[in-house]
Amino acid sequence: MEQEPLLKVRDLHTSFFTPAGEVKAVNGVSFNLDRGKVLGIVGESGSGKSVTAYSIMQILASTGKIVSGSIKLDGQELVGADESVMKTVRGNKVSIIFQDPMTSLNPTYTIGHQLMEAIMLHTDRTKAQARERAIEMLKLVNVNEPEKRMKQYPFEHSGGMRQRVMIAMALACEPDILIADEPTTALDVTIQAQILELMKSLQEELGMAIIMITHDLGVVAQMCDEVIVMYAGSICEQGTAEEIFYNPKHEYTKGLMRSIPTADTAGHKLQPITGTPIDLLNMPEGCPFAPRCNNAMKICLRQRCERMRINDEHFAACWMNVKEAIDNGTIVPDGKGGEDA
Amino acid sequence: MSEHIEKNNDILVDVRHLKQYFNINVGWLMTKPLKAVDDVSFSIRRGETLGLVGESGCGKTTAGRSILHLYKPTAGEVIFDGRPIKSKADIRELRKHATMVFQDPYSSLNPRMTVSDIIGEPLDVHKAYANKAERMERILELMDQVGLNSEHASRYAHEFSGGQRQRIGIARALALKPEFIVCDEPVSALDVSIQAQVINMFVELQEKMDLTYLFIAHDILVVRHISDRIAVMYLGKMVELADAGEIYDQPLHPYTRSLMSAVPQPDPIVAKANKRIVLSGDIPSPLNAPSGCPFRTRCPNAAPCCAESMPEFKEVKPGHFVACHRVNEL
Repeated sequence: MEQEPLLKVRDLHTSFFTPAGEVKAVNGVSFNLDRGKVLGIVGESGSGKSVTAYSIMQILASTGKIVSGSIKLDGQELVGADESVMKTVRGNKVSIIFQDPMTSLNPTYTIGHQLMEAIMLHTDRTKAQARERAIEMLKLVNVNEPEKRMKQYPFEHSGGMRQRVMIAMALACEPDILIADEPTTALDVTIQAQILELMKSLQEELGMAIIMITHDLGVVAQMCDEVIVMYAGSICEQGTAEEIFYNPKHEYTKGLMRSIPTADTAGHKLQPITGTPIDLLNMPEGCPFAPRCNNAMKICLRQRCERMRINDEHFAACWMNVKEAIDNGTIVPDGKGGEDA
Repeated sequence: MSEHIEKNNDILVDVRHLKQYFNINVGWLMTKPLKAVDDVSFSIRRGETLGLVGESGCGKTTAGRSILHLYKPTAGEVIFDGRPIKSKADIRELRKHATMVFQDPYSSLNPRMTVSDIIGEPLDVHKAYANKAERMERILELMDQVGLNSEHASRYAHEFSGGQRQRIGIARALALKPEFIVCDEPVSALDVSIQAQVINMFVELQEKMDLTYLFIAHDILVVRHISDRIAVMYLGKMVELADAGEIYDQPLHPYTRSLMSAVPQPDPIVAKANKRIVLSGDIPSPLNAPSGCPFRTRCPNAAPCCAESMPEFKEVKPGHFVACHRVNEL
């Protein structure tokens, strides 16, 4: 058997129980993450990409609950695990950075206080050692004059600087996995380039794995080894970045690739995906993308497509591939339903 | 530059030495001017789309608002269709011909008004109809133009998705059949799959109604797609202006160069091979802007002369304007 992946998510279902009904935010998600890899999760708002990450950390809102599935970190099952177990996971093994660095830092404490709090909570360091470690971390993320910065409050820092502090905090206990939830969406392009460059170099230096959640295909292309495309809580397609970008095999991914403006589209019409994103309270029976799909067939409206193997590095859940297979007979159903891939 | 403009009858909007300062309280009874837009001159041709890019706080939104006189400009003038905008009557007249689409489709629509009242408000203000029936007819026509279902006219804004709300905002901007629309980040709040729908609609409306756009955005690929020419702002100053293709492929100003190279390309091989010019440091506060060229604190090519004076915004190639002391040396 191959080496066990660092993170193994199988058939994860997470729902929010609202007065209006059950919202199936994550609906049968399975993936592996190996050490030192960067995995991108792309999708629109409401596609379940953030909820997938929050399920791993178990930091869901009080109405949210993991309904079924399995999340194994280094062989240890996290679904149903005790809060005490989760406390050893969060921060130590898996850390997260959020989209908005202003709201994720406490405005009433200094940067130094917040960094040291995280370090002292997760390690046995004394206050003096924690301070030393905090300064070391700020140096690592290229914050100049770290001693001075330690005494400052979040409002005295720019957006890019705050996101660096968040990264320093997340990496202080050397986690195996860093989850970055839209880390650069709130930042300007030149600052985004700085932060992405920093994350990439730290990832190579420290050998951690990153789960990069974003809606920006440009960020994915630049950062990720593997990509998961999500729509309405399910995975449409997953594979290496090259496969997803150059050989998309799901109608939604194809539509996304066609609809983004690039340097070559100037003067041409974009080809948008028609319609509006789906209402998670009223999920259709068949493929969730079928109502917006130009090539939808009868079966798409009736039955959801299983995950199909395109090649060893590429899986997609789209009936179009079956239609193609009828023509040339090269694609076979995976048949394992994400059991063990 | 100005001589060139006067000869040309195709100029719809001509902005000359526009300055927009805000007084900021810095202490007890003390204020300091924040130079949001500082001596910016450019012109927009009839029927073209001028893209305006820059990072947050560079003054691009303020520039757009000052042109429409939503703020009273501190200095400089705006000449719309050959007429300088001076008096209140001029501004009122301007508002019939020049409108705006706002960034946030959630906060720019009044939650207590129905869609038909939102779209009809400009018609009411300028008394652009003879009777109620004509007003309703015009509203339904506008809704049809932006792809909204006419049955939704009596609904409220919260009942719509982000993309549809932006369509309501666009219908409102089109109500008085304007010639010029300032689009302030009209797609940045929308999902990727919806962005393309709205961008296409802007292009179609332009072709159909002969519109001129000032398209403000921070997403350079979107601006590159929609614009004929692109202007780049940094800390209240315009640093470069040229044809969209030229500024994207051969930027001359060091800031534009780093901006263009920092654009994440949606193509793994290109993106991973791309040599980015990563700037050090952050944008300085506009309250304490550096002397001389505002970009010199982050510029890889800064020389002593850059600290002394603001470089002139001059035409270095036909139609290509740059404000950099060292543009010819590099």
